[in-house]
This record gives sequence, C-alpha cells and structure tokens, in this order.
Amino acid sequence: MATGIRDKVAILGMGCSKFGERWDRNAEDLMVEAFEECMLDAGIERNQIEAAWFGTAIEEQHVGKSGVPLAMTLRLPYIPVTRVENYCATGTEAFRGAVYAVASGAVDIALALGVEKLKDTGYGGLPQRGRGGLNNMFWANISAPGSFAQLAAAYRVKHRVDPKDLKRAMAHISVKSHDNGALNPKAHLRNKITEDDVMNAPMIADPLGLYDCCGVSDGSACAIVTTPDIARGLGKKDLIGVKAIQLAVSNGQEAQFGEWDGSYFATTRVAAGRAYKEAGIDDPRKRISMFDVHDCFSVTELVTMEDLGISQEGKAIGDVLDGFYDASGKIPCQIDGGLKCFGHPIGASGLRMIYEMYLQLNGRAGERQRPDPVLGMTHNLGGFPSQNVSAITIVGRYGA
Amino acid sequence: MANDSGILSYGAYLPRRRLQRKSIAAANSWFAPGLRSLAKGERAMANWDEDTVTMAVEAARDCLAGLPPPEVEQLMLASTTHPYDDRQNSAIVAGALRLPSSLRVLDVTGSQRAGTSALISALAGGGKALVTAAEHRLAKAASPQEMHFGDGAAALLVGRGKPIARLIGSHSETVDFVHQFRSGERAHDYVWEERWIRDEGYMKLVPAALAELFRATGVAPAAVTHFCMPCTLSRVAPGVAKRAGIAEGAVRDTLAAVCGDTGAAHPLLLLAHALAQAKAGDLIAVAAFGQGCDALLFEVTDAIGALPPRGGVDGALARRKEETNYLRFLAFNDHIALERGMRAEADKGTPLTTLYRNRDMVTGLVGGRCRTCGTPQYPRGRYCVNPKCNALDSQDDQPFSETRAKVMSYTGDALTYSADPPAYYGMIEFDAGGRMMADFTDVDEGKVEVGMPMRMMFRVKEHDTVRGFVRYFWKAAPV
Repeated sequence: MATGIRDKVAILGMGCSKFGERWDRNAEDLMVEAFEECMLDAGIERNQIEAAWFGTAIEEQHVGKSGVPLAMTLRLPYIPVTRVENYCATGTEAFRGAVYAVASGAVDIALALGVEKLKDTGYGGLPQRGRGGLNNMFWANISAPGSFAQLAAAYRVKHRVDPKDLKRAMAHISVKSHDNGALNPKAHLRNKITEDDVMNAPMIADPLGLYDCCGVSDGSACAIVTTPDIARGLGKKDLIGVKAIQLAVSNGQEAQFGEWDGSYFATTRVAAGRAYKEAGIDDPRKRISMFDVHDCFSVTELVTMEDLGISQEGKAIGDVLDGFYDASGKIPCQIDGGLKCFGHPIGASGLRMIYEMYLQLNGRAGERQRPDPVLGMTHNLGGFPSQNVSAITIVGRYGA
Repeated sequence: MANDSGILSYGAYLPRRRLQRKSIAAANSWFAPGLRSLAKGERAMANWDEDTVTMAVEAARDCLAGLPPPEVEQLMLASTTHPYDDRQNSAIVAGALRLPSSLRVLDVTGSQRAGTSALISALAGGGKALVTAAEHRLAKAASPQEMHFGDGAAALLVGRGKPIARLIGSHSETVDFVHQFRSGERAHDYVWEERWIRDEGYMKLVPAALAELFRATGVAPAAVTHFCMPCTLSRVAPGVAKRAGIAEGAVRDTLAAVCGDTGAAHPLLLLAHALAQAKAGDLIAVAAFGQGCDALLFEVTDAIGALPPRGGVDGALARRKEETNYLRFLAFNDHIALERGMRAEADKGTPLTTLYRNRDMVTGLVGGRCRTCGTPQYPRGRYCVNPKCNALDSQDDQPFSETRAKVMSYTGDALTYSADPPAYYGMIEFDAGGRMMADFTDVDEGKVEVGMPMRMMFRVKEHDTVRGFVRYFWKAAPV
C-alpha cells in the first residue's frame, strides 16, 4: 500500500533568479543565477548532487532539447539528468522527479531546475507553438487567454453571476497580486494598480483585459532536496518537508464527454483531494497558511480557489471581494505577486511558487513575511481548461 | 430523355457579408469617377475563410437538405476560380459531403459557361449527379468588375427519380469570342469594350443559340415563363429576350442589386432561384454566355411542390450582413499588404500523410459513437471517452457536420492571429451528444452567448502561403 511522500523528503535549498525582461541574459545565465543561490542555501558541493531534473517547455526557444543543457551549463558531474515537459506545470514536474528520486531511496540528493527564456520572440504574449500535425488540423485557433477566458463565460452562466460583478472580482484579484508583487524584489512587475485600471484595460480575450493576464518573463528557479536525516546531518534545523505532490491530467472527459460544464477544473479538484489526503489535511481552509496558485489569468485564480475546496462552489467572488485572499486576509494567495507579477517563464513557474512557500516557512520573506506559516500550497496548471495538467504541491514544517 | 429524369433538387449559397457598392465608389471614385454610376446595391463578399470549394459544399448541403442520402454517381464543381490547379477540387467537396469513394468527379472550368456546360453534361449522362458551381473572382481595385462580381455558389442534383424539372432540350454554340480572359498566374480578368461585347457578343450569339434550341424542341419562345441569363451589361437580357421572341415579363432579375454576378455559378444560381418560385408547367430557359452560348430549356413538374424546404437563393439572400468597410474587402482578398504581425508567421504546413489518414475526421467531421455505451465523441479515439466504458475499438462512424450544437463557452480573442479579429471560438455541445472546441465563423462581435444555437460550416482553416496549400475544416456558425 502506497504511503505517499509526506515528510519523506526535505528541501535542502532553493534559488530563484530575478524574473523579468532579462534582455541582457541568456537562459543559461538565469539557470546559473538560480543555481548559485540554491547551492549557497543548501550548503553542499556540486559533486554531492546525484541526479537532476530539468524543466523547460518551449526548449526550441532557448536551450534546446534533452538534459544536456542543464548538465553543460552547471557542469554537473556525469549524473543522470532528465528533461521534463508537461505544459505549464513543467516546473512542478521537475520538482516531482527530484523528490520521488529521494523518496525512493535511489539517491540522497537531487536537483530540480526550471527555466524559460520567453522574451526572445519579438512579440508579447506566449510564443506560438506547434500543437502536432493532427491537432493543428482540428483544434480551434486558441491562445492561452482565449482558452481561459471561456471559464468566465461558463462560470457566469452557471452561477448566474452578473458579468460586471465577475469582472470586479477578477479586478480585485489582479490588484491584490500587484500589491504583493510590489514588495518582491524578484518580481517582474512591481507597480501597484487599481481596479479601474483593470476594468478599463484593453481587451485581450473577452472578458479578459490586459491586467487580467499574467506577465511574460524570463526566469529560472531551482530546488535541492534530500532526506530529513541527511538535511539534519548537514546542519539544517527547522526542516521544510514535502507533504504532497499530486498531478491530475485530462483524459478527454472535459473536452469530449458530456459531464463537464466548462466552469471549473476537473483535474484540480481531483489533484487537490489526493494532495490533502497525502498530506493528512482534513480541513484545508483551516490548515493551509498560504497559497501560490496558477494565476495565469485572474479568472483562473478565482475558479481555482473553489476547485481547491477553499471557497465554496459559486462563492469565490464573495471571498475575493471580502479580502479573504489578500495579504492581510485569512489565507493570502499569491503572497509573492504570483504569475501576475512574476510572469510565466513556463519551466520555472512551479518551482518559483514553491520557492515563496519555502521563504515564508523559513521566515525569510522580508516585507511579505506572514506570521508563523505552517503549511504552504502551490497549484501549477498547464494546458487549457478543457484539457490540462494540474499539479499541486504542499510543503510545510517538518512534522506538521 | 426518360420521363423520370431531370433536376431532382436545387440549392444555393451566398456569403453573409454584402459589400455596399457605394463604399467601393467612395474609396475609388477619385481615380475612376465612372464608378459612381455603378454605386447602387450590394455584392456578396466571401468571408476570409471562404472560397470556391467551401461555397460549393454549402450549396450542395442546401441542395441535399431533407433528402435521403442520394446515391450520387458523379460530382462536378464548375468554376474559373478553383483553389487548386492540380488537386481535384470536387474531391474535397465530396469528402466534406462524405460521399462514398465510388464516385466520378470532375472539375469543370475555362469559361463563364462552365456551370451550364457541367449541367448539360450531367443531364446527358443519365446517372445521378451533383452539379455544383461556385465562384470567388478577384477584381482589380477601381475596376467595374469589382462592382459587378459577387461570390456565391449553386448546386443541382440531377438524374432519375422524381424530377422537379425535366430537360426539354439544350443547345450549345461555341465561338471563340474573347470578351474577357484570364491566363496563367494572372489574378484578374482583362476585359474588352462593353459596347462590342453587347452588340457582337450577347445580342448575336445568344439569340442564335436560343433560336436553335426552340427550333429543335418545337417549343414556342413566347411560352417561356422564366428566362435566366446572367449579364452585367444593362438592358441586354431584355434585348436578347426580345430578339429571341421571349416575353419581356419572363426575363428574370439577375440579382445584380443584391448579390452581383457569381460567374460560372450564376446561370445555375438564377435557375435555382427560378425553381424556387416556379409552379408546375412553367418553362424555364437558361442562357449562359462565354465563348459562345449554352442554352437549356426545362419544364417544371408537379414534384416541385413536394420538395422539402430549403434555403435556396432567397434563404441565402436573407442571411445577410451589410458591409461598408471596403478595406476589409481588400484585406480578405489579399489586395493590400496588411501588417499581420509576427503571430501570423507561424508555419501552417500540413503533413499530407496525417491528413490522408484522418481525412474523414478532418474533411468529413466524422467522429465516433460507442457501440457499447452509445457515447458520441469527437475526435474518435481507440478507447471510448466515457470513463464508465473505455471500450476498445468500439466506435462506429458518427458524422457531426449536420448536427446542430449549442455554445457552452466562448471568447472573442484579440491576441491570436486571425484575418478578421477578434477570433471567436468556444466549446460547443452537439444536440445529439458530443462536443468540441470549435472556431466560430460569421459571428458578430458582442453577439455570442452561452446556449446560442450553432450549425457547422465547411471553411478554410489555414492558408499555407509558403506552400500554396489551403487547409479546410469545419467551424460553428450561428443558426
């Protein structure tokens, strides 16, 4: 009987590059930036890393395929390096590989690093990507904002929400994230915005305006994980344990079968349920100290807070407008500024979310520091509402 | 010709946008002041994702509406604007209509008479044939042709059965009278003087053909109740009728004011229009001009009253959106160099092996229906999508193209590249089960809503400008 990974693995160190339009830096520079911080934090030598997972999604864009770019850039000592890609959940997928390697006992210390260099396309938004020969023939002409915008249409009709109320709640989400991002020196966007800014911004994909969409950035983040015993042996106190990592991947039920109504993420509901079980959490609204969810678009965050079981279905608008998820609220969401302010260098984002949880749990979050957090949860989503990869990670104080 | 043979059904299609001729004149009369005299009415204007093939498919669907699947032996597509020079365009139409592979197809081209020549050939063949004709002609900016032309298609099902109109006879005259021509890679017609075309062309060649038709059939010209003759020159059709002995009241409107001249499709479009308004016993004469003349004479039968309802020309005319933006017309026809942005640079190559393996799925919109649990699904998978079933290889072909659907979720996307932004698309749910994320077409900005009824239409999905390939697929349009 599988017992899950709760507290079998501890985070030994983490690093995160400055996210942004890093015009003067290659992907390799960003990888080194994150890795150097991580190694300093972990307090180990390069030759102690026994295996590595490398997350990057649009590799054609920058480093190329395979695990070789990671091994070459970091001069890793002939160790196994696996390159992973799982849509926008790629960062969490890399983390999962490293954690599972340690949990299995196959290695003592493993590295996960994610990177994406998006700002070499020459235009705004995510790069155009191939979808595969057959998919190109029948998939609609969808962009990322266009696919997520449809959540708003289906949600509004299902819950009989006035479009203006929904738009106002979405605006509050973006304003809150900018408030948080303004306090984060590593965030790409550090300006505060107002609800009117959001409401009046140019339309990208109806009803998502410019400020309902996350930024597009270059960035890298990484983690080194080990067993709790080895972490203690290396002098770490107040360990941060991995409580759960769960993925759920669409199988066509949403896109082809008749039950899903377009207003929620079926995968997130499944992955969240399994993650809470793995972490031994019965009442997440009481137990989780903070969230970093995949706020690629404001409406994604709104719907996700219901799918994670924190807001009741159809009630997230109320919680959002009541400030429940604000930095000063009951459970802050996107305390670091989220994708909204970090942008979304695809391979890095999942690890960047965990990085903030790790800083907060260690009391190292500076101006953003929450009092005494115990459990932090990240949600890293790839794909489209109708077919996606939902990846959830819960980290927290060892033993909690 | 056997008594049970003739025209069995008709259909028509016009693109929804109607470009106002006053908008064309307003843009161009600084250069060509003569255009002001043509600045009346409107012309049918193909959407950016429509061409001869897609319009032929829609006319054929209208033609086959309400009929049991006909055992068509032959399909023809007549046009002077086939998208492909070497790829049987009518084979694409056949694929979209899901006609069986046991089928003769023929692209008929080379003249404004292509439509009638195809029809005469099909009627002479005796077997069941679907004759489609469509045209998407380009014209130079500020040319009279830009004013006169319209985009559209017509379709006629002919053969044995219960004909709604019997062919009494036909006659063709072939004379290399070059009133206009288009050769090689030229996009536009070169046209000679109108007065010569009128006096030496229409007024001599058409009456001669009609005279022989009436002589051979023994029908008195005065008995003709509908005279269909496309012509963009004013007052020529009544002149020809008079010379041929046809009553002035029988001369049918050429749809110049509401549609424009659809080239090789136009004689069939006018015939389809006449059939929609004809009663049993009516005599319909059709004349098509172009390097001579095709003349056909039909007698409408009692069966006309039993034909299932269809859109026809009037239905196509009623599905209308006024277009006053002449620049949009130029852009749709690639007549101006728009800054389309880097997103338009994405490679739109089509792997032909993949297309061939999946041709029924892509061209025919064929999905699956599980024999075990009954779940319709698109696309078909090896395993049934129903999580309680997941049966292997359990799916029969399930066509979705004729099934109505409703919008489940949607957006208007200003980011993704579209020739007509914002790009509308969304999840649609078919009324009989099954769903797909579909591009929408022919929608109005701000007029889409969840629950809106949609129908599928065959359209251009991508123009691969690097290789000159047109990729087709189905899109959802408001009912």
